[in-house]
Amino acid sequence: MTEPLRWAGYHWQRLTGGANRDNHERPYSYSSLLACRGKSSQTPTLAGKHRVVVPHLQPFKDEYEKFSGTYVNNRIRTTKYTLLNFVPRNLFEQFHRVANLYFLFLVVLNWVPLVEAFQKEITMLPLVAVLTIIAIKDGLEDYRKYKLDKQINNLVTKVYSRKEKKYVDRCWKDVTVGDFIRLSCNEVIPADMVLLFSTDPDGICHIETSGLDGESNLKQRQVVRGYTEQDSEVDPEKFSSRIECESPNNDLNRFRGFLEHSNKERVGLSKENLLLRGCTIRNTEAVMGIVVYAGHETKAMLNNSGPRYKRSNLERRANTDVLCCVLLLVIMCLTGALGHGIWLSRYENIPFFNIPEPDGHVISPVLGGFYMFWTMIILLQVLIPISLYVSIEIVKLGQIYFIQSDVDFYNEKMDSTVQCRALNITEDLGQIQYLFSDKTGTLTENKMVFRRCSVAGFDYCHEENAKRLESYQEAASEDEDSPDTPSGSLSNMAKPRAPSCRMVRSGPLGSISSNHLTGSCFALGSGEGASEVPHSRQAAFSSPMETDVVPDTRLLDKFSQITPQLFTPLDETIPDPLLETLYIIDFFIALAICNTVVVSAPNQPRQKIGLSSLHGMPIKSLEEIKSLFQRLSVRRSSSPSLASGKEPSSGVPNAFVSRLSLFSRMKPASPVEEEMSQTSKSPQGSGNSACPIETEKQDGNVGVTNGKVESLPGQPLASSLCYEAESPDEAALVYAARAYQCTLQSRTPEQVMVDFAALGPLTFQLLHILPFDSVRKRMSVVVRHPISNQVVVYTKGADSVIMELLSVASPDGPGLEKQQTMLREKTQQHLDAYTKRGLRTLCVAKRVMSDTEYAEWLRNHFLAETSIDNREELLLESAMRLENKLTLLGATGIEDRLQEGVPESIEALHKAGIKIWMLTGDKQETAVNIAYACKLLEPDDKLFILNTESKDACEMLMDTILKELQKKNPASPEQASSEALHQPPAPPDSGLRAGLIINGRTLEFALQESLQRQFLELAARCHAVVCCRATPLQKSEVVKLVRSHLRVMTLAIGDGANDVSMIQVADVGIGISGQEGMQAYVNLLFWYQFFCGFSGTSMTDYWVLIFFNLLFTSAPPVIYGVLEKDVSAETLMRLPELYRNGQKSEAYLPLTFWITLLDAFYQSLVCFFVPYYTYQGSDIDIFTFGNPLNTAALFIILLHLVIESKSLTWIHMLVIVGSILFYFFFALVFGAMCVTCNPPSNPYWIMQEHMLDPVFYLVCVLTTCVALLPRFIYRVLQGSLFPSPILRAKHFDRLPAEERTEALKKWKEAGKMDQLTSKYSDHSAVKSERIPISDPSAVFAVMSATSCAVEQGNLSVCETALDSDYSENKASGMAGPSKD
Amino acid sequence: MAMNYNAKDEVDGGPPCAPGGTAKNRRPDNTAFKQQRLPAWQPILTAGTVLPTFFIIGLIFIPIGIGIFVTSNNIREIEIDYTGTDPASPCNKCLSPNVTPCICTINFTLEQSFENPSKECEPYRRNEDKPIAPCGAIANSMFNDTLDLFLVGNESDPTPIPLKKKGIAWWTDKNVKFRNPPGADIPLEERFKGTTKPVNWVKPVYMLDPDEDNSGFINEDFIVWMRTAALPTFRKLYRLIERKNDLHPTLPAGRYYLNITYNYPVHSFDGRKRMILSTISWMGGKNPFLGIAYIAIGSISFLLGVVLLVINHKYRNSSNTADITI
Repeated sequence: MTEPLRWAGYHWQRLTGGANRDNHERPYSYSSLLACRGKSSQTPTLAGKHRVVVPHLQPFKDEYEKFSGTYVNNRIRTTKYTLLNFVPRNLFEQFHRVANLYFLFLVVLNWVPLVEAFQKEITMLPLVAVLTIIAIKDGLEDYRKYKLDKQINNLVTKVYSRKEKKYVDRCWKDVTVGDFIRLSCNEVIPADMVLLFSTDPDGICHIETSGLDGESNLKQRQVVRGYTEQDSEVDPEKFSSRIECESPNNDLNRFRGFLEHSNKERVGLSKENLLLRGCTIRNTEAVMGIVVYAGHETKAMLNNSGPRYKRSNLERRANTDVLCCVLLLVIMCLTGALGHGIWLSRYENIPFFNIPEPDGHVISPVLGGFYMFWTMIILLQVLIPISLYVSIEIVKLGQIYFIQSDVDFYNEKMDSTVQCRALNITEDLGQIQYLFSDKTGTLTENKMVFRRCSVAGFDYCHEENAKRLESYQEAASEDEDSPDTPSGSLSNMAKPRAPSCRMVRSGPLGSISSNHLTGSCFALGSGEGASEVPHSRQAAFSSPMETDVVPDTRLLDKFSQITPQLFTPLDETIPDPLLETLYIIDFFIALAICNTVVVSAPNQPRQKIGLSSLHGMPIKSLEEIKSLFQRLSVRRSSSPSLASGKEPSSGVPNAFVSRLSLFSRMKPASPVEEEMSQTSKSPQGSGNSACPIETEKQDGNVGVTNGKVESLPGQPLASSLCYEAESPDEAALVYAARAYQCTLQSRTPEQVMVDFAALGPLTFQLLHILPFDSVRKRMSVVVRHPISNQVVVYTKGADSVIMELLSVASPDGPGLEKQQTMLREKTQQHLDAYTKRGLRTLCVAKRVMSDTEYAEWLRNHFLAETSIDNREELLLESAMRLENKLTLLGATGIEDRLQEGVPESIEALHKAGIKIWMLTGDKQETAVNIAYACKLLEPDDKLFILNTESKDACEMLMDTILKELQKKNPASPEQASSEALHQPPAPPDSGLRAGLIINGRTLEFALQESLQRQFLELAARCHAVVCCRATPLQKSEVVKLVRSHLRVMTLAIGDGANDVSMIQVADVGIGISGQEGMQAYVNLLFWYQFFCGFSGTSMTDYWVLIFFNLLFTSAPPVIYGVLEKDVSAETLMRLPELYRNGQKSEAYLPLTFWITLLDAFYQSLVCFFVPYYTYQGSDIDIFTFGNPLNTAALFIILLHLVIESKSLTWIHMLVIVGSILFYFFFALVFGAMCVTCNPPSNPYWIMQEHMLDPVFYLVCVLTTCVALLPRFIYRVLQGSLFPSPILRAKHFDRLPAEERTEALKKWKEAGKMDQLTSKYSDHSAVKSERIPISDPSAVFAVMSATSCAVEQGNLSVCETALDSDYSENKASGMAGPSKD
Repeated sequence: MAMNYNAKDEVDGGPPCAPGGTAKNRRPDNTAFKQQRLPAWQPILTAGTVLPTFFIIGLIFIPIGIGIFVTSNNIREIEIDYTGTDPASPCNKCLSPNVTPCICTINFTLEQSFENPSKECEPYRRNEDKPIAPCGAIANSMFNDTLDLFLVGNESDPTPIPLKKKGIAWWTDKNVKFRNPPGADIPLEERFKGTTKPVNWVKPVYMLDPDEDNSGFINEDFIVWMRTAALPTFRKLYRLIERKNDLHPTLPAGRYYLNITYNYPVHSFDGRKRMILSTISWMGGKNPFLGIAYIAIGSISFLLGVVLLVINHKYRNSSNTADITI
């Protein structure tokens, strides 16, 4: 009771107090959010719209009032209505629906006395009922929102109070801009605030943004420069600076502003300094900040677009049909009007019929006909069932309820179920034809496993690692049956979030892998996460699979050259593996430090590892080493350069020396030569490389080396370290480096500690990090090297980018240049090989800068950093200046493992006739290989590759391919016509399967207006399309294009869970056809008009008339729509082909509509004329005549439903029987009560009389039988002569389990056989034994995996920063099913 | 919608530093209802499964149809059109509206004797009036001819056939629905004081019948008339001829004449008036349609059953085995 009161109070308060609030409520539009990703830089905030934030404290009171006082406080309100405006506003919203307007019009029409058909009030009844139901629903939804708002508003946080001079608890809603807030670990940030203090000695704070963008990895935030140094907490009392920043906007990745101290000194602010509302503080004991945006102005709230209204395909079509009905109605009314006019004109002069008006004036036939038209409209209004929309809505709610409670979509590990955020599109799930998928995180697990690397031109294929991976899988499959097994990352994803590092280092993997492709060097399939989420949310928390990298023995051997002993010069003749060793060292250092990985140790979340203790210690020794190196290097310049992997002595000292003067005195080493010999052994491109051979040779060594590894000092510490990376790639690389004893020990904003094997700890002074972005496709770190004291830039990025940035001319002489060229070629070869195996490649390069160069660059960079406007561009330029003239070190190949069951799912989806487009930013080769691996492409598919440089070439190529395709698959004529675009040809069941590969640049041409059509036609003919190197924008464009031009149901994989089993709930179409029974009923009224002088008389009492629609016949279709299930889920899962049925929305084709209409017409004829002829010439009175008509109509509608329905449960029976009983009950009661209503004729006692009259029963039975006979026969003939696959699948459901399996086998077999020849069906049973049936459990696994996608809503993104696909997935996810 | 600011998550994530807290298990109940695994009857309509239905329908419908048909045929009717449009008709003189009241007499002969007949009058009119016209258009147009039936036993002394006025309306209509103005002791005329007769009526409502129990609003002729006919051609029950408790037929064969007081004009709209003498049965008046329809539908469904039997025989295997691919 108190709750509503409070609600009322709340809204009062809002109404009175927050009058200006609405001005600040931004229209939540998703498009703006979309745009901001791509175009943010083009829409810089106007300079005049900056916001000034002044501390909310006594000394600044005046200033505060002036600037910040007007800003919105932190109270949020997401409700749509208030108590006062609910009724008008809800009505306003509801009357946006055309149908409601129409019914309103009818109601108004009935108030016009001339055309009045019913009592005025009665026509209002249905409308009022519908409006009320919807209003109640809306109200409840809004109330729920209100409660949630209140809950959030009343959360408590610690705000600095000027009165009490300390932090006091205050509700979120009372937080205002300028408040100082102190948060502890794991607290949620109440408003956007600038970070002023962190207990972390380095001024770092980690936040988890999963509430915002779904990424569960930690993001690092930095205390505002200048505040880091302060030992104690910032005292709000002493804070006298003011903050100037841009106006609130919804760009999560942008924050510009500066902090101006009282002495006018300015410090730049960036998004690194901003804590976002809704995020959680992690790994940091406490933080303090000042609020800059609050409430609805926070970035999180500005991004909260609320549920978007998605019109489902069905609804659109239903609207069309309603329009048809309106047309029909008009025709019928015109007939009525005409008839009445003619009738009147015939008896114009007979006052007996043409009753004059009270003033003696007689209406002319024309006018009479005109009036009659409107009367008829009221009378026949039932043709457009007002309850249709309500029914659809209820049906959808029911479907969502069942989807959400489907145990198959339950994710055990996450303890979550599917959540449908958009109510309107459930039924469309069964009609998907196109599926757009991103690769990373959707098809693949987004779990990166370090697979291979190429350093200094040598390929190290890590055979042991591959073996280990396979063994993981085996171990995993043994554990298959124990669901409780904690699996590394999965347990991390469980709801209660552990405070910090969630890595589980040991323990069996609780996951299953039923599939791995053998025959290639790497295992596809997966060993991790049976019910893993498609977009892995555990990016930061790597599984053992990723963390344990078994080092390559050859490489380890080379590492063995780097030993502490060698730091001291042994003899004068040091051989020359040096350049290579140098490369190796640099390579691994780059792997270890060129990232943004956060190091933490388990169980000690907030402890920074070994920082101070190690600080300074190594420098001294390194100084010594350095001098040694310098001596050595001079000597070594003359040494022979013959590199061999098994050089007994180490070149480490030399390496360090040579680093000082990079490449200056060295001849190119010979790695090339060795590589040559190796490649000759291993033909590139074949599945297997030379690795096995190599490993066999060195088998003996492995054990030894491994043993050594474990005994190494520092290892125990290292193994307990956790790396939390923004992208799994980074983590994989760091773990890989660790496997080679190049352990990243700690990272602070100032320095990075690396424990490098034999060299001991190295501390790099971290000068700069140029973070990854999708434009540059690379990231760099600028460090001061502890040994050489030089400024070194380590860059890591996409191969294409890095290769272009390599220094063309080496200053150190042509020899080195040549060596670099060779190295580049070698590396490129390796890269190509990696991509062929579907590995993600990264290049690692470095650049040594002189101090002056660096200082020069630094000056410019600072300028860029502190500018508010155009900062992005400036920073980009600055980065470009830094990242050039690079020296290539090597490349890595990381495997992005396929999700569990992905190949099976894709195969099933293909069978279901769904076309799959893979949109990825990966390289073409990688993408194609992944496509093969996940069975998107089959080996015998014909591939067409669109890869052109110009539009014309693109056009020509497409033309050629099209012609070829047409030749191979002689298309049906309508496909060839231009209309083909609207009715895309179904993928050919047999014959040529074609795959289309198109790269980003060509896609750009293809998406241009003039080529779109051609491109689509081409794409429609291919069963799989792979778009590689696509930009985020292109991805969304592709989705939009296909959706709008092909007019098909599309699903972007963000939507997830387009699972085959969805068919069972995706059948509303029929639910509506049940409603069409109503038309039969309406037609009855129409027929009657022919026998009552078109006088608009109804032979049914209008109460019955109204209620008939509203009560008796509305529940069964709803139940039917919700519970309809044609084939059992098990059978469906095994026969994905059945999905095609729903896909073509066969249940609700326009043809079906017209057939149903025709059927309804027939039924109405029967329903009217059977009683008519029966009672012809009898003393039947009008309502007594109507009664059997009504009764028969009810039976017809209900039994029609029974015939059409594919599964009847006791609920159906209950509802149907209930409907009938309710009808009779109503008729009896109404007949008894209604003594004087509706004079002069009324339904008094009619039903009672009839129920004693055998003729009544005879008429009802006869009418029902005759009316349903054609439909029944039609269904029977269809069932026995042309059984649809669905129908036949139903037979399987009836069989006992074993028989069913057998029958299914037979069917599948027959399907295969039929393609060869149909004569061998006799042998199918024999043959089928040999053909493995894909394990349904695997598909189920995918189902649960995809369920998480749905759980994330329509839009599921979990990409990581390194992956350029980040925003595009979002884009496509949104663009997919939405129809704005 | 990953970008959604999910307030709920926020709240859920709220409990500070409470790893492994009590998370609600959101696993959906694995009940038959929620998982849509309710035991269901899945009607598969194939020739084989529906065969019995058709035969049963056939077997039931045909006898019913025959029964109805026979019943209907046993109903005997005699129809006399007394509109008078035919110049030879004795009622032709009454067509002129000037002659009121006009009495005409029609002679007819019953070939067979009628057992338990009822007499109906059927103003055969093309079109029905607007029922929902203001202020009782239906009542205004009430049928007001009177018909008397005489058996011409011998030329000079025709025996009047007693016609029962009461019992032609539904009991509920007479006793519940229609009520005279209150006041049991006051004469009916007083109770209707202040009212006037409808324009077309000859007598005011309280003078419809001398019997006060059948006069005013509860006059059964009036009640019957007020039950608005559904169709333009309609019958109204006029009088009943009760069977006497002797062995004589109610209306023995012989010559009769019908005395008609012609009040009700139908000529203007080409209407017809007929007197119908009919026996009654459980199914009302004579109407062969229902019986024929039943027989026809029964036969059709029987035939269909045979056709389906053939189909079933031919295609039996198609639905159960996998000979056909999709």
